[in-house]
Amino acid sequence: MELFVIFASSILINNFVLYYFLGICPFLGVSKKIDAAFSMGVAVTFVMALTAVVSWAINHWILIPYKLEYLQIVAFILVIASLVQLVEMFIRKTSPPLYQAMGIYLPLITVNCCIMGLALLASLKEYNFPETVVFGVGAGIGFTIAIVLMAAIREELEMADVPETLKGAGIALIVTGIIALAFLGFSGMIK
Amino acid sequence: MNTLVPILTMGALGFFFAFGLVFAHRRLAVHLDPRIEKVAGALPQSNCGACGYAGCQAMAEAMVSGKAAPNSCPAGGADTAAKVADVLGVRPAEVIKKLARLHCRGTKEAAVRRSQYLGLQTCYAAHLMGGDKLCTYGCLGLGDCVRACPFEAMFMDDDGLPVVIEEKCTACGKCVEACPRNLLELHPTSQNIIVFCRSKDRGPVARKACKNACIACGICSRAVPEAIIIENNLAMITDYKKIPPEKLLEIEKCPTGAIGRLKKENEG
Repeated sequence: MELFVIFASSILINNFVLYYFLGICPFLGVSKKIDAAFSMGVAVTFVMALTAVVSWAINHWILIPYKLEYLQIVAFILVIASLVQLVEMFIRKTSPPLYQAMGIYLPLITVNCCIMGLALLASLKEYNFPETVVFGVGAGIGFTIAIVLMAAIREELEMADVPETLKGAGIALIVTGIIALAFLGFSGMIK
Repeated sequence: MNTLVPILTMGALGFFFAFGLVFAHRRLAVHLDPRIEKVAGALPQSNCGACGYAGCQAMAEAMVSGKAAPNSCPAGGADTAAKVADVLGVRPAEVIKKLARLHCRGTKEAAVRRSQYLGLQTCYAAHLMGGDKLCTYGCLGLGDCVRACPFEAMFMDDDGLPVVIEEKCTACGKCVEACPRNLLELHPTSQNIIVFCRSKDRGPVARKACKNACIACGICSRAVPEAIIIENNLAMITDYKKIPPEKLLEIEKCPTGAIGRLKKENEG
């Protein structure tokens, strides 16, 4: 039950993009087409799940026993950068079409702050191992939902009559805010 | 001791991940054909997409794998084809150099305006409204083609028509796609005679709308019937190679100048 609550809350209630406002850069940058947005979401979910596992291991077996929690940020950067590299190599070797489809988005995940946020939040909330994994996967799915929603709206926005000053990033941020407000409605679901 | 622990731990972590990556790199190395990089280096790298591939890199991969011929880069022309063929060790095929040409001479003074267009300043939008010229086939003069050109090879003339700068034009075809009235077309550089009109209006109507319109009088077609035909009130060159040079003067008797030789400057 506890796991399900964490899963649901990381997808809908504490959505990384719409609640914590993390990962806004790829959220705005890769949300012009639904296909690309979905690929990005899948890649982020994959890396998030992996990061959750490895960062938990490092945090619990290395940083906490040696009282090195203050080095969390440095250590997690190391983990994320290496993991993304590894994933890129792996996908390139095993599935060239997937590698082609993800293209530039894969290396871009390295600098996606919602991955870092995930690792830091998981340690802040003192989740145990299964909880961390569920939190990572849920957060990734939440990111995918948010970015695909945004891409769907932005595809329609292309045709809309937007005031000159708000075109592009301006209207995108306003739309993000409105979606975030809508997602606030979920916050009553779990006490 | 207190400083040593974090240094050692982080150092160990760094080494661990570094060796992990080195190991992974060895195991998961993908052997790319080194020729791809060389071929990509020979291409213009403007990623214009005229070849039909996603970019110069994709074109290079297709060339190396044999899916595309060395001369498939329309933007690069003969030089690029020769370089690519050199890398791949094959003989370069002949590349016919082409240029974009405008099939309209409806300048500001020649074409009659029927209205003032104040809408979106793009040809595409103006075309939906019918445009401001009486001639519904002519150039709208709002420069969609100029904006589409990735090589800055076009500009809008004071006459209100786009001009192709021949030295810069690579015949990538972006302007051809951009023009909502299909007034631009790629022609071989050796073709020096062009019909500068696309109006399908009957003679009197066309002439009323534009001084330089083709009125389908048939003078050119009578001069060289095997190469020029009149169809839908418009002269069409079916095969420019069949036009003998001595007939050019006869063709240029065209009363409106809608067909003729290209002048060196200005006429795109």
